Amino acid sequence: MFIAFFLALRQAGVKTSLREFLMLQEAMQSGLADYDVDHFYYLARAALVKDERLLDKFDQVFATHFKGIITPAPATPDGVDPQTLPAEWLQAMAEKLLTDEEKAEIEAMGGFEKLMETLRQRLAEQKSRHEGGSKWIGTAGTSPFGANGYNPEGVRIGQDKGRNRSAVKVWDERAFKNLAGDAELGVRNIKVALRRLRRFAREGAAEELDLAGTITSTARNAGYLDLKMVPERHNAVKILLLLDIGGSMDDHVTLSEQLFTAAGGEFKHLVHLYFHNCPYDSLWKDARFRTQDAIATSDVLNTYDHTWKLIIVGDAAMSPYELLQPGGGISSFQAQSGQACLARFLTAYPKAVWLNPVQEKYWNYTQTTRVIREMMEERMYPLTLEGLDAAMRRLMH
Amino acid sequence: MRFEGTKSFVATEDLKIAVNAAIALQRPLLIKGEPGTGKTILAQEIAAALAKPLIAWHVKSTTKAQQGLYEYDAVSRLRDSQLGDARVHDIANYIIRGKLWDAFDAPDSPVLLIDEIDKADIEFPNDLLLELDRMEFFVYETRQTIKAKQRPIIIITSNNEKELPDAFLRRCFFHYIKFPDRETMQRIVDVHYPGINALLLREALTAFFELREVPGLKKRPSTSEFLDWLKLLLAEDIGPELLREKNAAKLIPPLHGALLKNEQDVHLFERLAFLHRRGAG
Repeated sequence: MFIAFFLALRQAGVKTSLREFLMLQEAMQSGLADYDVDHFYYLARAALVKDERLLDKFDQVFATHFKGIITPAPATPDGVDPQTLPAEWLQAMAEKLLTDEEKAEIEAMGGFEKLMETLRQRLAEQKSRHEGGSKWIGTAGTSPFGANGYNPEGVRIGQDKGRNRSAVKVWDERAFKNLAGDAELGVRNIKVALRRLRRFAREGAAEELDLAGTITSTARNAGYLDLKMVPERHNAVKILLLLDIGGSMDDHVTLSEQLFTAAGGEFKHLVHLYFHNCPYDSLWKDARFRTQDAIATSDVLNTYDHTWKLIIVGDAAMSPYELLQPGGGISSFQAQSGQACLARFLTAYPKAVWLNPVQEKYWNYTQTTRVIREMMEERMYPLTLEGLDAAMRRLMH
Repeated sequence: MRFEGTKSFVATEDLKIAVNAAIALQRPLLIKGEPGTGKTILAQEIAAALAKPLIAWHVKSTTKAQQGLYEYDAVSRLRDSQLGDARVHDIANYIIRGKLWDAFDAPDSPVLLIDEIDKADIEFPNDLLLELDRMEFFVYETRQTIKAKQRPIIIITSNNEKELPDAFLRRCFFHYIKFPDRETMQRIVDVHYPGINALLLREALTAFFELREVPGLKKRPSTSEFLDWLKLLLAEDIGPELLREKNAAKLIPPLHGALLKNEQDVHLFERLAFLHRRGAG
């Protein structure tokens, strides 16, 4: 029962296990879903999905999988064959759903008549429900027809709330969309990702009672109490955070700020330094790049040993000259090329990752990004929740 | 034994199904959701609705799984032994029962709330796997197996501060409390403040949902904050007109302290209000 659905879920990346599937079967058997598709949806969701980031994916799979079974194919909510819709009806519907500005735009495009004519043609050509794409009528596309689209002259079909609060709507609403894993980062979820970087160790002053030790030593002491203390357990991970500031990074300031805020609260040993475009001979303690705040790169490398983990945040986009030529840095004269300098960092810190706020698909378009990515040996990650997560796992290897 | 919501708690359909599934299959129910959407209250309401005792185990960052089962107070036994107390001969005197033991031992299957499980160490849920699965554990000191007389209904809440281990998740039902929409919110208010001025409620709801929509808020106000705010509005006897008027002129609603808990958020609003006034004038 529903094995195909189970497999489809797994294929879509909802990591649900056999155990959970059997749990669902058991729940069905005890009559919890009582043949109501809505209830089945809720039950399946509660049993199979354990992560709110996957709820949206689940909704999508559910929609596609049970589409033919639940939704009567392309009929309007009233059951009227759309191909015979009278023009007045279509117009009334469009009128009701469009704002004045949108209507004005439609007039500019040739008026309702033309729009409706095309709509009727399309409806005739189209036989099934459709999602996405740029021509067919459906949902979430850019065609002028269908729901949730971006075309300002769009005609909404099948999105009328009051008329059709049927079961299909519940998952078609995709209410959990903004909980998906690629959603925007906030300080809070960055923190969650950063928590991967934890390695507890007992260091420093002995302040906690060591119960096991006390018992052992008391026993040895012929039964007279001999208290033993141990240092408190805390996160011993040490982080060196280098942040690129200014220039092309301006677009990503909020993101970097958030990362920084989250990291600040999370680690006892966190040193952050700023650089511009690429780390050169000196780094700055302050984002204003004043000379008195500068700290020589060699000092940094000597102060913080290889046990520190290096996180560089930057878009790795600069002119190739800045990266590859000695003296290429734009702030002051540098004896070493940016590349050589970066290589020094990477040798000094075997545990290093580069977080790039630019979307991964654009990386190949910038020469310096490609070069740095190669230097990082695939340890460049996008600054998204997933990327951050992968980067943190990598650091803990 | 079915949970259908209570007089003081509005349960959505999906929540009811999840709760009933957890009750019927005797598996823990994991509840997540924005802070202030009633995760902890849920357990109390289930206990009230089913007329069962509630045992709450509030987890802190220092909580260990073992504390939920039992603790052996070695230090006081040691002290007693040195003072020659007669109690020392029975080790059972020094076994302190945990919440899980209490829940397993209760004659009528109780509701056990494990609150904010994500606050504890990352390994905490893993340490409870077997106990929650089989509903039994072994007390090493007294060579005694504690087995649940009746499996308790277990409600676990999480604020998502740590990811929970897969093996643990697979044993639970899961429900994410979605932020209530306007309709549900109205029902919630009706339950808490029956007979509230409809006009005031409408204005307050509008102001509240607008406030939630403002981009860049650090902490968006939630249901419990909205209810507090309504209480304040009622106590201060602020009329709907004032609410609407303030909306247009100042953007920031009266008594906003109940809604905005963050200095930066208040600043954000003041800046917005300033821009708004400049735009208008």
